[in-house]
Amino acid sequence: MSEKTLPRVPMEPERYELAAAAPYHFDLGRREFFKFLGAGLLVVSVLKPAVIAQESGGARRRGDSLPKEIDAWLHVAESGTVTVYTGKAEMGQNIRTSLSQAVAEELHVPIESIDMVMGDTQLTPFDMGTFGSRTTPTMNLQLRKVAAAAREMMIGLAAAQWQTDRQHLVAADGKVTDPQNKRSVEYAALTKGQQLTQTVTPETPLIPAANWKVAGRSALKVDGRDFVTGRHRYPSDQKLPAMLYGKVLRPPSFGATLLSLETQKAEQMGATAVHDGNFVGVAAASTELAVAAIAAIHAEWKSEPQPSSKELFDYLRKNTVEGKDPTGDGDRYDLGAVDQALSSADHRLQQTYTVSYIAHTPLEPRAALAKWDGDHLTVWTGTQRPFGVRGQLAEAFRIPEEQVRVLMPDTGSGYGGKHTGETAIEAARLARSAKRPVKLVWTREEEFTWAYFRPAGVIDVTSGVRSDGTITAWEFHNYNSGSAGIRTYYEIPNQRIVFHAVNSPLRQGSYRALAATANHFARESHMDEMAHTVKMDSLEFRLKNLKDERLRAVFEAAAKQFGWGKSKAAGQGFGMGGGYEKLGNIATFAEVHVDRQSGDMKVVRVVSAFECGAIVNPDGLRNQIEGSNVQGLGGALFEAIEFDNGKVLNGRMSEYRVPRFSDVPVLETVLLDRKDIPSVGAGECPMIGLAPAIANAIFDATGVRLRSLPLVPNGLKTT
Amino acid sequence: MASIHLTVNGKPYAVDTDPQTSLLSVLREQLDLTGSKYGCGEGQCGACTVLLDGKAQRSCITRVGAVSQRLITTIEGLANGEHLHPVQEAFLEAGAMQCGYCTSGMIMSAVALLQRNPSPGVGEIVNFMDGNVCRCGTYPRIVSAIQKAAKVASAASAAKGAGR
Ligand code: FES
Ligand code: FES
Repeated sequence: MSEKTLPRVPMEPERYELAAAAPYHFDLGRREFFKFLGAGLLVVSVLKPAVIAQESGGARRRGDSLPKEIDAWLHVAESGTVTVYTGKAEMGQNIRTSLSQAVAEELHVPIESIDMVMGDTQLTPFDMGTFGSRTTPTMNLQLRKVAAAAREMMIGLAAAQWQTDRQHLVAADGKVTDPQNKRSVEYAALTKGQQLTQTVTPETPLIPAANWKVAGRSALKVDGRDFVTGRHRYPSDQKLPAMLYGKVLRPPSFGATLLSLETQKAEQMGATAVHDGNFVGVAAASTELAVAAIAAIHAEWKSEPQPSSKELFDYLRKNTVEGKDPTGDGDRYDLGAVDQALSSADHRLQQTYTVSYIAHTPLEPRAALAKWDGDHLTVWTGTQRPFGVRGQLAEAFRIPEEQVRVLMPDTGSGYGGKHTGETAIEAARLARSAKRPVKLVWTREEEFTWAYFRPAGVIDVTSGVRSDGTITAWEFHNYNSGSAGIRTYYEIPNQRIVFHAVNSPLRQGSYRALAATANHFARESHMDEMAHTVKMDSLEFRLKNLKDERLRAVFEAAAKQFGWGKSKAAGQGFGMGGGYEKLGNIATFAEVHVDRQSGDMKVVRVVSAFECGAIVNPDGLRNQIEGSNVQGLGGALFEAIEFDNGKVLNGRMSEYRVPRFSDVPVLETVLLDRKDIPSVGAGECPMIGLAPAIANAIFDATGVRLRSLPLVPNGLKTT
Repeated sequence: MASIHLTVNGKPYAVDTDPQTSLLSVLREQLDLTGSKYGCGEGQCGACTVLLDGKAQRSCITRVGAVSQRLITTIEGLANGEHLHPVQEAFLEAGAMQCGYCTSGMIMSAVALLQRNPSPGVGEIVNFMDGNVCRCGTYPRIVSAIQKAAKVASAASAAKGAGR
């Protein structure tokens, strides 16, 4: 990378991650672990490696100096079973598989012998949460180190047993072998009857990516069988003896306050009614009864007038909270002299782009099962942040965190939408009054209304460009949608980039790829507009202004696969978009077909070229990229939350269109494998190029420039 | 409340419930068959799909009182012991899932489709499956899984025919 190239650090990447710090960290002690797991080898870390501490929000943690604190990561039992502990959560990114692969690789054991314990606040080391595509760069590396430490220990044990030099020994297939003397011993036998502890050190040698045998290959989902047989229990499938079903009475609008309440009828039906502040809910023997009991409650609410989606973009511009930025850090980036450069440019271009609020719509809605034992609380729930939810529960019930255990059964997806613990708190509140375990599963309507949304935003771009295609000035203002991916990777000497925080009319939070989708949509659309202004080919124009080698490589690879420059038929249009986010690089090329008579618009083909360092599981990676593109289609083409006066107007699956089979274009993926660069995650970055690629292709087909996401909620009007 | 007799996965059950209750709630809450999922409750996503006499049916909008005479098959009843149904096998092999929450509904719909037409074209697969939502976006893999299963089934029946 040239020195002039901007560092790959976004200004403030995770504003909308809704990350509340979990202040304490209580793990089982070493001895308790052996009591729990039986004898064998335990790999622990006493002081976290810097990378993990960072990932886990270590700086914000107060318990770090507790002498008793150790994190147990991996246990090899006398039976040979390998148990791995990670606070990460599986929601469909297939990290249970890719992390197992990493451990199998370093420890030299069959992948089937690995049992991965994930997202259980009592058993797994503290973890900030599963988001930001951080699992691959950090947890994968951590577990490789842990597994390598175990392997080295096994070799050491065998060397001691045989009284030979460890250099002559090799570990493979769950055994240590001495090829010269033709003898071997199983890991299980080496640990028999012992309580061995090994500490992870930075010096533990890792297997270089180029020599990977298990990692770097495609692997089937490790527990896939449970999913195709319906045996896997998601959070909403959890069950306990004597469990009740919960239901919450929702206010008629956001922020409404309760004036009066009558719950007698509900109680007469046999339900436990709970009223605590603004919270009203019931617990009953079946969902059916709980629903009936809620319907029997009479409540009066007071609502305040609130803005509607019709006036949203005006509202965002007018309700900035400049200087009240919650993070208090820099929200702007300045380089050179933008105003002069703009006034002296050959061409000056000014445009506004907007994005709507959209809902994550995870197919499994929020769910939690809560159970109290005295003043100890256990909750099974679907969340990307089990430790964060533990903190929220402790706070809500004013009990110490060590009295709360949160377990996260592999969940029906999240996409950034399940960071918070509202369902867990609701279920726990009901269970406390009912004195029985209570399960609460949100309905789809609740999920559409009471969860949080991807932030809407307005983006103003002003640019200056020379007639030869050199960009000279770039001014970029983002209102509300967020600052992830706000910086431009094009070489522009004069820049002003500002994020404006706004009092959002709706509850908003993180969404797969955060604001990078909005910022790339505006930037990459505008790039096209500039290219047209100076009558240059869009690809040539980009490459002229782009130095970053990795990004150039994906643009070039995608262009080649797509056949950029080929001739097109009537109604056909081609477009591109790309960029980098979460350290991954993406270029997306789209082909659309527009029927000018009917206004029908179809995305026909999408080619993505992606590079995220060394590839761990190519098939899993393709699956993530395809999934990003399919999910991204919704936000690009038709998803938008409509609201008025504190109510969501289209909060049902029948009213909020999500991508279906018939929407899916031909998807082609080119993977660039950089074995020399550490792996990074792929759950988010691949999404960001799609919307601008489609918008640019629509312009190419019709001459109509669409600057709002979703692009074609009601088809395409070209007249 | 009434006692309703159901046949699910070949087993008889008697459940005490309001006949208006959805089949999905009864399966999940009373019979502890949680493989059928709730996704929307209005017949829009297909996560709750079961087979009624071999035909795909959204159990969230099916009243339990209406199905007492019918043969109900859920995802739990598809495999034959440890032997997976070819569609289940194909989903596994094609990696046709991410979070897997849509998977049981997808598989049940696909089984119904293949029963109707053992070798559907892509267009027919897309048409038939369009009522099933996968938010993780694994549609292309699901299509190839269904094609794979169709191939396996037709090869098996061809082999059977040849043996006769
Ligand atoms: S839950 Fe039945 S179709 Fe969605
Ligand atoms: S795999 Fe997650 S919804 Fe389909």
